[in-house]
Amino acid sequence: MLLKKRQRDDVEIEGSSMADIAFLLLIFFLVVTTIDVDTGIGLVLPPIPDDIEPPPIRERNMLRILVNAQGMILLDDDPVSTAEVRPRVKEFVDNPTNDPNLSESPDDAIVSIKTDRQTPYSVYIDMLDEVMGAYNELRNEASMDRFGVPYSALEEDSIQQEQIRELYPKRISIAEPDEG
Amino acid sequence: MAHFQKKSANTKESIPTSALPDIIFMLLIFFMVVTVLREVELQVQIEFHHAENIEKIDQKRLVSYVYIGPERLGGGQLGDTAVQIDDAIVDDMGAIRQIMYDKLMEQPRLIVSLRVDRNSEFGVITDVQQELRHAGTLRINYSTLRQL
Repeated sequence: MLLKKRQRDDVEIEGSSMADIAFLLLIFFLVVTTIDVDTGIGLVLPPIPDDIEPPPIRERNMLRILVNAQGMILLDDDPVSTAEVRPRVKEFVDNPTNDPNLSESPDDAIVSIKTDRQTPYSVYIDMLDEVMGAYNELRNEASMDRFGVPYSALEEDSIQQEQIRELYPKRISIAEPDEG
Repeated sequence: MAHFQKKSANTKESIPTSALPDIIFMLLIFFMVVTVLREVELQVQIEFHHAENIEKIDQKRLVSYVYIGPERLGGGQLGDTAVQIDDAIVDDMGAIRQIMYDKLMEQPRLIVSLRVDRNSEFGVITDVQQELRHAGTLRINYSTLRQL
């Protein structure tokens, strides 16, 4: 019998440079990566009204905030500074003294925000920040009272968080812009 | 005389490196998954405003961005305030409605993140917001950075 002898080359792939290749790729992705989470102030816009009349809102339950073209903040027609917004909103929403001019309950309180076309964006955001801050403080206080932990420490979408959110719902409304 | 030979440990001194590529690959895959390559080429200049009471959006899939700021012209000059969605500047405000409506159909829980230059006037944002309301994309987010 004739056995054909074949000289076989070693067919193994050199694997030692694999780590180097992976390293290069790794460094590329390390450099390129930006692990930034998007942060910002969340808001829900009111839907476009139908022909149906919206339910009447009692004047005392509505806090009207106007930021005018000069960047002045008017709270129910009083000019206020940015720093005054937070305590005023807190007082309006919570109404601890049952003032007949302030909201009946936190659930009824509506903060209505109106702007001009020339309103500076930065003032608007500062004001919105303060309004959000007022709600956050109220929620925090309620959470401390009930559960002994700050609101942010409550588990996301837990029953406790839901309760606090129902207690102080953020009813922030963007007023219809003027025509023209 | 008896010769004492120093007993040495019989183990190898080198660290086994055969698992190294695997470790590197795991790291590599992690970064590949985490990486978001710059999604759009910005044609407007945006300087973010700072705020204190901000929230994070964890689900990036839900977010769609609208950029509002002065248009970048050649030579480092800035033009009028423009609105950019995805890769193009939107000239006609009415087009925003259709774009956003299409996006909403794809992702019903869409959040529109408004990335607005801090020196803008609110009129443009009002127009955009009106279009968003018509499109039905009501969840918005004013993108701001954390106050330092």
